[in-house]
Formats: sequence, structure tokens, C-alpha cells
Amino acid sequence: MYNVIIAGVGGQGSLLASRIFGNVFLSLGYDVKVSEVHGMSQRGGSVITYVRAGERVASPLVSDGECDLLLALEELEALRWAHTLKKGGKLVASSQRIAPMPVITGAASYPTHEQVTAEIEKVTSDYLFLPAEELAEQAGIARASNVALIGGVSAKLDIDEKVWLDALHATVPQRFLEANLKAFELGRNYK
Amino acid sequence: MDKKLFIGNGAVARGLWEAGCRFISSYPGTPSTEITEVAAEYPEIYAEWAPNEKVAVESAIGASLAGARAFSAMKHVGLNVAADPVFTVSYSGVNGGLVIAVADDQGMHSSQNEQDSRNYAKASKIPMLEPADSADCRAFAMAAYEISEKFDTPVFLRLTTRVAHSQGLVECGERSEPACKGFDKNPRKYVMNPGNAKARRVVVAEREKALDEFVETTPLNRVEYFDKKIGVIAAGVAYEYAREAFGERASYLKLGIVYPLPSALIREFAANVDELIIVEELDGFIEQHVRALGVKCRGKELFTYIGEYSANMLRERVLGEKPEAAAPAAAPARPPVLCPGCPHRGVFYVLHKLGVNVCGDIGCYTLGAADPLTAMDTTICMGASIGIAHGMDKIDSSLSRKTVAVIGDSTFMHSGLTGLLNVVYNGSTATVMILDNSITAMTGHQQNPATALTLKGDPAPALDLAGVCRALGVKRVREVDPFDLAAVESALKEELAAEEPSVIVAKRPCALLKTVERKPPLVIDAAKCVKCKQCLKLGCPAISLAAESMVIDHTLCTGCGLCEKVCKPGAIVRR
Repeated sequence: MYNVIIAGVGGQGSLLASRIFGNVFLSLGYDVKVSEVHGMSQRGGSVITYVRAGERVASPLVSDGECDLLLALEELEALRWAHTLKKGGKLVASSQRIAPMPVITGAASYPTHEQVTAEIEKVTSDYLFLPAEELAEQAGIARASNVALIGGVSAKLDIDEKVWLDALHATVPQRFLEANLKAFELGRNYK
Repeated sequence: MDKKLFIGNGAVARGLWEAGCRFISSYPGTPSTEITEVAAEYPEIYAEWAPNEKVAVESAIGASLAGARAFSAMKHVGLNVAADPVFTVSYSGVNGGLVIAVADDQGMHSSQNEQDSRNYAKASKIPMLEPADSADCRAFAMAAYEISEKFDTPVFLRLTTRVAHSQGLVECGERSEPACKGFDKNPRKYVMNPGNAKARRVVVAEREKALDEFVETTPLNRVEYFDKKIGVIAAGVAYEYAREAFGERASYLKLGIVYPLPSALIREFAANVDELIIVEELDGFIEQHVRALGVKCRGKELFTYIGEYSANMLRERVLGEKPEAAAPAAAPARPPVLCPGCPHRGVFYVLHKLGVNVCGDIGCYTLGAADPLTAMDTTICMGASIGIAHGMDKIDSSLSRKTVAVIGDSTFMHSGLTGLLNVVYNGSTATVMILDNSITAMTGHQQNPATALTLKGDPAPALDLAGVCRALGVKRVREVDPFDLAAVESALKEELAAEEPSVIVAKRPCALLKTVERKPPLVIDAAKCVKCKQCLKLGCPAISLAAESMVIDHTLCTGCGLCEKVCKPGAIVRR
């Protein structure tokens, strides 16, 4: 069983990211379940999406402590969901920081990067923060930071690059495809 | 044939298409919306958004009586609205098959309550199927039509958030095209006056007996024997959680039909296992039935009536196995918020500033209740804002001068019209604000009777919201641009003071609509910013306080300019 959680802020493109993962695992011949979030949480709230692959997938949800890979589209969301990782699981996160409303109103403060990584290190040392937003802008499409991150993930997993590219072709609308492929490459080659 | 990934709702749509469904009428509601959206893409299916769920079900009944396989989808609370025709079409039965999907939202991901729709099946004596994954969704949608036509009954298809919105593999087939039977002109069956209904009541009782027999043998209910120390009875996603938690360490009675329940099958399964455990979210619907049979079981004493279950929870409560998971780190919450550029923001900013009472309603704008706008005092159900404001006025007329009912365009057409009619008829002085963002936004941008387009994308007459308010007898009706804060404020002050009903239509399209032009982002002139934080009172997710001054996130800002209007030092500028 391989368990992926995609964490982000509503509107950041978690759905597309989950569909890319779903396609990748499907083409590898696994049973796949993807659990999406729709409705009110999509309006700028904390959103998590689950992707599970294996011989036979029962629950569409990933239990806490069983996540193999956490893809976080935003830094605070990486912190919020780090506990779902199994010991030594992989985390790939965007270093983008979007202040949630309690931070904006002054009711809470956004943790520093050091505070975030200190918490993450309690669960895993296998983590990577990418400037996904910048990479996406370099690729010419600011909204493709999700795909830049998936590029970063692809470099960490033993899955043929062609499988990822095929999944992008299958899920990204044609008019955004070229820029998304570029964002993927920039993420994949980010050191 | 290849298997493809479908979200549960998409798989239901596929099943409807394959079953030869010709007619769909629904009202959007998370988590049911995509069934109708996906089905509308099939050219063989006529599909429409109705103004509300009651009209949708009535229309589907009409299509069924005209001889076609018909369908309607709604969320759990939508079934409350549609309950009236549902309870009686149970008596009259169907001509073409009639399937009604209802999607429950345990955990209240996007709902005002969590109600268990299985109770409706029992109360209305309508059989209810519950799929556990996307493959079930397709197959059960098709099976529902068979049952509907065989037993002359509407059939419920019950979904829950985790089934409706999870993708899973589905093996598809081709469409069958059952002939349209033609109108069944049969008043004794369809005119439910007392005389005819008494006769049909007996037919329903006979149908219930026949269905009681059917559920004992249908393959929709399935027994899976592994280790027999624990036997689990479950349906829907709860079955998947149990399979995940116990694997082959337990045996399962997976129910595909949750009403009526197969009593003999349950007794037999119980006799074959050492301990019987009922796993079901929300009410103890199956458990009550099992206990009434005199069969010993455990269920709610182990679990909960509230929210969603998980595999970890089942392992812990049944097997005593604690999951190996880290404790969640402390992190500031990230509640949903009105989007940058949202036309509702200015309205709630002004309502907050005026300190009035706000009777709210159901939609994105319910987020006006949240910090820092905090401009909402009530939200109950679709359309309730106007009725509540009217009732408050009748108890204390001085409340009217400081109370505003706020309702979205789609919600107003859904069930606000009759509330406004009551205001006029029974003479309260309520002030109603219709937030017209030209779309049904919260559920993901569905067309409605005021948007000039149908679900299929065809042009339609657009309801004139101000005109319909006048036609209902409201004399004071005006429109404002919600980005014009001064105009919103003066309109509210004048209409609150008026000693008669009034309606303000705040008209501006949803910022997420593709037709809405995004303007260049605004920037902070740090030299002028005095950090007064007035701009933060807008609750815009694009503006936050950095070390030196405010900052505007250029990726989020849509350039709406509201912040520019509230910034007294003039520190927010267009580049």
C-alpha cells in the first residue's frame, strides 16, 4: 500500500495534484482511491486530499501515522499535517507562506521556518522545501506550483519519468500543458 | 474493458446513463452536485437545475409518469425540502423508474447539520441503496432502476461525502435504451386524494413485504467470511473503514440495501460469528433493527453518533490497537474565508461597521459570520433569513430598524421568495439584502434561473430579481454595487429607517467566474502605511501584516480595490 496526502489551501490546486497521482498509480497497475474535498472548505480553508494505491484499497482515507508521502502546497499546511506521516515518511513542501485568517487578524502568529522544520524533524528527516511558486512563475504559469512540487516528488520516487509525463498529459488542460510540463521539469531538477 | 477512475458522483452519473436514464432535475448541494453536472454531459440525458429540490423531485416524478427513467439528486438537507412529494410518490409509485440520490455529509464538511437520511427511507417506506465505492455507485444506480420498476416504487440512492467525493476504479458498460413507456394515465394510482391514497397505502404495505423478501437474497447484500471471531455488519464507506481496520481478521455482512434490512440474513450471519459488531456512522439505524430482532450486538456503545469514523478509530475501539502516529503539531487554524475579490466582502464590512443584526442564509456568504467580519447572527437553512427577520420584527418592531436579512441570489429563488411574500402580506418592515453574484457559487458555480443559462449551456430567460420583489409587493427595491462601500452604507441606513419592507440587491458577479476580469494587484506604499490595520478588518486573505508594513500577496490579490477604499492614509495603491 502506498499512501499520499496532499495538503494545501483551498483554491491552490490540490484536486489536480491528486488526479495526477491517481493517474500515475493507475498506470502502474494498482487499485487506486482518491478522496477529494469540495464545497465550503475550498474557499481558502485547509484542504487535504488522499491518494491510496495498492493491491486492494478499502478506505479512501489515509490513517494518521500511515502516510508515505506528504505533499504540502503551503508551509503551514506542511506543519499541520506532518503528524500523518509514518516515521521516516517523505515530505515535499512549497515554501510559500499564506497567512490564515487568525494570523491576519492577529489572533495567532505564523510559525518561523525553523519552528516548522523542528516539528517536522520529530517525524522525518526526509523532507524538501521547494520555492514552488517561483518555479511556477519561471515556467510562465503562477498557478502551476502544484505541478512544480510534483516534479520535486518525482525526483524522490522510483517511478519512470514517462509515467509522470503521461499523467500530466492526461490531466492538465491542453492550453496549460506546455507551461505545466516546464514547471514539472523545474521542480524535478530543483536541487 | 478498461477500468477508469471516477469520483463516486461521476460513477453514479455513468450508471444512470448506462441504465437509460433520460431525465434529471436537481438542485446543487455538496456533496451531491457532480452527479447532475457529469450526467448533463451525456447528450442522451436531459438534465436541468431546478430552483429547489421540491421542484426537482416533482419534475422527476412527471418524467417518470411520462414513461422515462428519471432521477433527482440532492444533499441531505435538500431532502427535507423535497420530502413532501417524496412521501406521497411512495404511495403512487412510478411508471418509468424513479431514483432519488441523497448525499449525507457526516462531519459537516460543507453543511449546517449532519442528518442520517436512512431515517427518511424508513419513514417514507422507500427502499434505499447505499454504495461503498465508485464501482458500487455505478452498479447501484443501475440496480436502483431495476428495483424501482419491478416493485413500482421510487428508490433512494444514499451517498456520503467520502463515497460521493472519492475516486475509485470503475468498469464501464454501454447504455441500454429502455423504451419510453408513454404517459400512464391512471388517476386512481396518481391522484392521491384520500380515497385513492387509502387503496395505495395497502399496496405500499404489500410492496414492503415483497421487498422484505427481496433483500434476503439480492446480491446487493453480501456476506464475506474470514475469521469468524468478529462479524461486522456495515454499509457504504463504513464497510470500507472496517475492511481497512480488520482485513481478514473479521467477517462481514456488507449491506448494499440499508432499507429494508434483511432480518433472516442478519440472524444467520450473527449465528455464524462469535461477536457481532455494527459499524455505522451517524444514527444507530442498523443497530436498532438488529437489537429489535433480539440479536446481541455492539455498535454505538463502542463508537459514536457524531461525525466520521476512521480505520484507526475502529482498530483502537474494537481491537485495542493504538495507532503509531505522532501527535499533531500546534498550528494556527485555517478556516475557510471569503475569496480575495469576493463581492460579498464589502457588504459584510459595512454591516459590521453599522453594528446591525444580520439574519444570514446558506451560501459562501455564510463566511461573513467569521472573524474579522463577524457580521451574522443567525443561519438555519436555505431561505430562513427572511422568515427569521420577519418573526423578530413581529415580536419587537424596533428590531427591524437594526436587522437585515442577507440572502444569495440562488438561495432567494430556492426558498426566499415565499418568505418575502410573507413579509409583504403580514406587514413587517424587514430589510432584505439579496447578494446577487450571478451564480450558485458555494457548490462550484452552477447556473440558476437568474443567470440566463441552463445546465446544458442553452440560453434561458433571466429572472429579474428586483422585478420579482416588486411583483411580490415590495415598493422599496434598489440595486447597489457591493464594491461601492459608501453606496451600500447609505442604502442600508435608508432602508433600515423605512417603515415598510425593502429589498436591496447587491449586484456583482463572483470573483471566481472566468468572465470576471482580474485587475492588477494593488501594492502597499510602505512610506505611507501607518499600520492602522483598517485594511485587515476586510478579512481579505491577500493582505497581512509583515514586519515593516502591510503586505499584499500579489498571487492572491484580484485588484478589487476595496482595501484602497478603506485605507485612510492612502497607502494602498495601484501600481
